[in-house]
Amino acid sequence: MLTVKGKCVFAGIAIGPMALFHRSTISTAAHTIENVEAEAVRFHSARKKAISQLQDLYDKALTRVGKEQAAVFEIHQMMLDDPDYIEAVEDTIRANSINAEAAVDQASKKFADMLSTMEDTYMQARAIDVKDISRRILEVLSGGIGVDFTKYNHVIIAADDLAPSETLQLDPDKILGFVTSEGSTNSHTAILARTLGIAAVVNTGTALHTDVDGKTAIVDGYTGLVYIDPDEATLTKMQQKQAESLAYKKQLEDMRGKESMTQDGYKVELFANVGNPNNIPQVIMNDGEGIGLFRSEFLYLEHNDYPTEEEQFEAYKKALEGMKGKKVVIRTLDIGADKKADYFPLAQEENPALGLRAIRICLTRPELFKTQLRALCRASVFGKLSVMFPMIISSDEIHRSKDILQEVRNQLDKEGIAYDPNMEVGIMIETPAAAIISDELAKEVDFFSIGTNDLTQYTLAIDRQHTGLDKFFNPHHPAVLRLIKQTIENGHKAGIWVGICGELGADLELTEYFLRAGVDELSVSPPAILPLRKKIRSLNLSQK
Amino acid sequence: MKEFTYTINDPAGIHARPAGILVKEAKKFESSISILTANQKGDLKRIFAVMGLGVKQGQTITIQISGPDEDHAADTIESCLKSNL
Repeated sequence: MLTVKGKCVFAGIAIGPMALFHRSTISTAAHTIENVEAEAVRFHSARKKAISQLQDLYDKALTRVGKEQAAVFEIHQMMLDDPDYIEAVEDTIRANSINAEAAVDQASKKFADMLSTMEDTYMQARAIDVKDISRRILEVLSGGIGVDFTKYNHVIIAADDLAPSETLQLDPDKILGFVTSEGSTNSHTAILARTLGIAAVVNTGTALHTDVDGKTAIVDGYTGLVYIDPDEATLTKMQQKQAESLAYKKQLEDMRGKESMTQDGYKVELFANVGNPNNIPQVIMNDGEGIGLFRSEFLYLEHNDYPTEEEQFEAYKKALEGMKGKKVVIRTLDIGADKKADYFPLAQEENPALGLRAIRICLTRPELFKTQLRALCRASVFGKLSVMFPMIISSDEIHRSKDILQEVRNQLDKEGIAYDPNMEVGIMIETPAAAIISDELAKEVDFFSIGTNDLTQYTLAIDRQHTGLDKFFNPHHPAVLRLIKQTIENGHKAGIWVGICGELGADLELTEYFLRAGVDELSVSPPAILPLRKKIRSLNLSQK
Repeated sequence: MKEFTYTINDPAGIHARPAGILVKEAKKFESSISILTANQKGDLKRIFAVMGLGVKQGQTITIQISGPDEDHAADTIESCLKSNL
């Protein structure tokens, strides 16, 4: 048994015969050319053909893996169109009177070296893209010998590295997994493997040769280990692990479309936390029942200047439309502390976590707040929008915020612009002050959402970024849990719903505690939705 | 000539995908468009030149545009930077 270790790309387990990946060898040996101009023309027509092949691959990728991942083939086309690259090849043909193959090979090495000697590991990994595009031209020049993928059926592929275009042609139904001796987890190949769901390990540092052909291999995408010709015990152990992994994935898959309800009929709304409208497809993919926390900060942090009402309106509208009538809770500006933007003047503070942030900024600069509220009101007619104010510590702050919201509505009425008059208005409970007076605050709003990250940090007086304090930090501290329970009870006394949108919401050890406390909604990151639904459905609150 | 600066917000810096988007946009204009860092200059219409600058998060770049459609180009490139980087 040979065991090699590489980097994990996709967590899955593949067991099957190994097949060494063969590329046809193309000679790039230099030889003298009489007619250099004709050779340059030969290069150009091969280059154009390669570009049109890449366009086909792009179209194919668009349907298989989506626009984001398909972009690599657009970039490859640009590389083949890059005047610096073209000049490098042409100049070499002319200056040395040599064949196009040799000139392309030299240009390829030159640009690959340029990238691989850069400081940035991401850019270093782009050298493979240069080799990929150059190889494509060479294939065309040599009469179009490509890789024959049809011969790889039900195997684990072993290669030095796979180009993105090669990976894209792997059929997940036929290729069990792959292992490469080179490559990086940053490569487009790795990203494609994740998107296609192919178990893969890269960068093992061990080149495999033809003697592995046909031997049984195991790729463990959880640990990065690859076993070739495994002994009986390893094979049995890994078969079991594979079965468990598949069973767990299937169980999660089975959770799709199911209700988030305990065995005794207690139903919870299971929502998603998102930071950008681009994350909506992820929410849908993981079957989120709504959005419990839409952070609006990206609008401020990803811009060079204050986002306009129109820019904000478009982003909110996009989120609402993407969720097709499901609830979307949008939190108003929560900037300050560790989140800052260049154009946004915030003084240096001794204690930023206790400083001018979130609602305090909005109430200090009402014009800024009004722009956001106007955009939210205008967007509210495109779906089911709830607005939520962060960092509240008093009823007075709620009054002042709602007064500003009323002013905005009055102005919209005057201008004859439509908005949803029944838009829910809620607050984050993330300060001990708000949790303690939640009975009073509950009378002022339509809902509470408990932000457990800040609530924990402020209750325990522990900075969570401070790694030196780990031994003092207990994420399940009874003080925090009591504040959460008390908040839920106070909310219910006033007849409003109460949700949890912090990290604790996804903590499966606490799910039963929260449900027993009566929580109405849990909002978690999209990948945490299905595991949490599985947990909820396993509980029976009437027992014990 | 039009000139403006922009500070990169994207944690990955100008990586391949946004570089591709910038080049694609830049190529739509007749004007010549350059991207400058503190010590290097590149043609925004050439993907290898843009990637070769290795611009990282927090780095400020200068965009210089000159030609008949420079106003339109400046608006387009600026909003392209804002929405992708």
